[in-house]
Amino acid sequence: MTTLDQLCPGEKATIVRIAGVDGIASRLREMGFVPGQPIQFLRAAPLGDPLKCSVQGSRIALRCGEAQRVYLEPASAS
Amino acid sequence: MASVDQFQPPAGSTTDVIRVALVGNPNTGKSTLFNALAGMRVRTGNYPGVTITKKVGRMTLGDRPVDLIDLPGTYSLAPRSPDEMVAVEVLSGDLQSEPPVDVIVCVLNATLLQRSLFLVSQVLELGRPTLVVLNMSDTAQSRGLRIDAQRLEQNLGCPVVSTSASKRGGIDELRQRLADLVMSVGQSDAGSESASQRRDDWALPESFYQICDQFRSHLIQSACVPVQSGNPTDDLPANTAELPDDYLLQRALLDRGGAAEKRLVRKLGAAILPVLNETRDQLRSDFDDVVDMECSSRYTWAGRKLDGVLSQGSGSGGLTDTLDGILTHRVLGLAIFAGLMLLVFQSIYSLAGYPMDWIDAATGWASDLVTDAMQPGILRSLITDGVIAGVGGVVIFVPQIALLFFFLAVLEDCGYMARAAFLVDRIMRLFGLSGKSFLPLMSSFACAVPGVMATRVIENRRDRFATMMIAPLMSCSARLPVYLLLIGAFIPSVTILGFLGLPALVLMSMYAVGVLVAIPVSLILKHTMLRGEAAPFVLELPEYQWPDPTVVFAKVWEASREFLVRAGTLILAASILIWFAAYWPGDHTRQYELQAELAQIKQQLDASESSPAGPLMQRRDEVSEELKVISSDLLESSLLGRVGHAIEPAVRPLGWDWKIGVGALASFPAREVIISTLGTIYSLGGDVDEEDEGLIGAIRAATWPDGSPVYTVPTVLSVMVFFALCAQCVSTLLVIRRETNSWRWPVFSFTYMTVLAYIGAMLTYQVGSLWSAG
Repeated sequence: MTTLDQLCPGEKATIVRIAGVDGIASRLREMGFVPGQPIQFLRAAPLGDPLKCSVQGSRIALRCGEAQRVYLEPASAS
Repeated sequence: MASVDQFQPPAGSTTDVIRVALVGNPNTGKSTLFNALAGMRVRTGNYPGVTITKKVGRMTLGDRPVDLIDLPGTYSLAPRSPDEMVAVEVLSGDLQSEPPVDVIVCVLNATLLQRSLFLVSQVLELGRPTLVVLNMSDTAQSRGLRIDAQRLEQNLGCPVVSTSASKRGGIDELRQRLADLVMSVGQSDAGSESASQRRDDWALPESFYQICDQFRSHLIQSACVPVQSGNPTDDLPANTAELPDDYLLQRALLDRGGAAEKRLVRKLGAAILPVLNETRDQLRSDFDDVVDMECSSRYTWAGRKLDGVLSQGSGSGGLTDTLDGILTHRVLGLAIFAGLMLLVFQSIYSLAGYPMDWIDAATGWASDLVTDAMQPGILRSLITDGVIAGVGGVVIFVPQIALLFFFLAVLEDCGYMARAAFLVDRIMRLFGLSGKSFLPLMSSFACAVPGVMATRVIENRRDRFATMMIAPLMSCSARLPVYLLLIGAFIPSVTILGFLGLPALVLMSMYAVGVLVAIPVSLILKHTMLRGEAAPFVLELPEYQWPDPTVVFAKVWEASREFLVRAGTLILAASILIWFAAYWPGDHTRQYELQAELAQIKQQLDASESSPAGPLMQRRDEVSEELKVISSDLLESSLLGRVGHAIEPAVRPLGWDWKIGVGALASFPAREVIISTLGTIYSLGGDVDEEDEGLIGAIRAATWPDGSPVYTVPTVLSVMVFFALCAQCVSTLLVIRRETNSWRWPVFSFTYMTVLAYIGAMLTYQVGSLWSAG
């Protein structure tokens, strides 16, 4: 199990859970961060933060702090 | 089981205006759709009590008058920003000042169908007649995404229309289907029938609805809800109005501490809280995590609704990701960003220059016209020096504002703005702000008025207010004439370090002063008045697309009009006040005589063009000299002049004499006023500009009573620092008032900036004097 901020650019994974029950957690869920959904880490901003990823066809930018709360199962190397 | 059809169409609604609301995620093309449907017949205003702009378009659909309401974009009906709160309040009819919405149009991005259905599932629970629009269907199609809209219509049980609003595709069909839906409003079984029929197919687990029904009965049993007759399962209890609808109860259970809970408490009193908490405990025993339950249930529901609807194509946004590779590149992206900002910045100066010159010429022409047509007197003075000068001073900024909003609209609509926020977020965090604050601040270098208006893109209230508070510190174009005049007159044109001109360096420092001061101000604000947990930064980066000309035009038009109407009326009032203070009291008879004589001499001179008119020219010089002295005396004895003398002790520590004091005082409504005020004060009449050799000469020659020069380098720097930091702009303060919907914030920014300006100017002068003495 890893978190979104630890992926390498281009790496894909599957969302396992979003930590916390606050507004951010629900906002992320509403924006498509749902357990079981595939996610791809696209790139970091030029200064390393925020991060850009792709979920359910949309591109979302979020800060490292938020990305740490997205727990993932790395895609099995096939 | 309680029925869900609490919603009753308003009685007699066949004659009433039907209210249709557009709701959807951000970046779904809602505004384009709104413009395509409503055309330009749009009224804008603010929702009462909040600063969110409200757009309403009046139209006729199937013989019925319809108000189309454009709601702010939202991801769900559990609101978190003021924008979203408004969307939800309008949808649920919680705005006391407005009747509830009759029909909901839910706009989806066809390329993000699954996620968009999350919102649809919540909207359908409201039980209103609903129409679903699959916008951007052309984009979806070009990606090989096939959507069976008919199937989706069957699955959802409400009309579904495919559109591509930017190409005006599908608008006619949408209008037709919407008209059908609107015509059915008020016919007894419309809406409610479909709602109850949907009940067994709603998104959340059955046990949740059961608990919700129990919650309702508990509320009634615990006498929180007065029941006069029957019970809530009857179709029409006499006290329908007292009964919160199912939707509200459900949301109150789902969103802990959320808007629905507050609304329920407002409606029924705090006595419901124990019942609410008890029910929530029960929910927790059924579902581990209620929020999780809602999300996963809704996505499961969405998957069910999409069964057989979607046939997946390649599904990649190839072009957007390629462009992003360049535009958010570590080096290239930042370079392009800087280049773009420079381009915007430069255009605002250079392109706006032409229309600004025209406006300037037009006001000059109007002023001349009045001067020629009227005898010198109080009325003429009021019209030329008060009204025309005042209004001209405002109108002249319209080109800059229009141009700036044009760039903002284009950058935002093509999707670049989100990238700009993404690029600079890390830097803006040093200010305690986020990437979203960057553009408003950038705009403020042209003028703080559009800058403050541009903060609307920031959802987080604290970030938004902090940005508004520091926006006036960015050195706006109105400060430039002041800098140019004083630098031109007093800063020697020497070169330092071999290439850098001292005047340019001083000018740059003035711009830097504002930015440098803004950092601590923002940080202090974020730790005091705007304290709170760090705002999250979660931002959708939409696909790149061509901006829609009608949306861009509408934004530019709206911003310019708003600026002209709102700020214009106040600047006008302020300049009339200043004019009055500079005019009264005093006997202006001699002044008018001289003005009349001067005009006569000029006419004679014009008539006798080629012939030598030595005595006439001598008389002209005598008259204008006397006129200058008289005007100066009148000003000194005027209200403004007396106030200037009264405040002289206060401005002495800044190295100023009463004339600079009066200039600064007079320019509190608008900084540019200082140039004309100084012109008046130095007996040149109000009609001078920063390039006027006469004014430069006059201020160079100005002396204290003891003969020492008034304007020394420390004094000049102190004046410039004061102008760099002070909130001398009524328009900005009024826009802040409007955007925050409170007097507290404009009063605060005025106070803190004036204090800062005073301290900054005093430090500059005192340190500068020590320096030059030592």
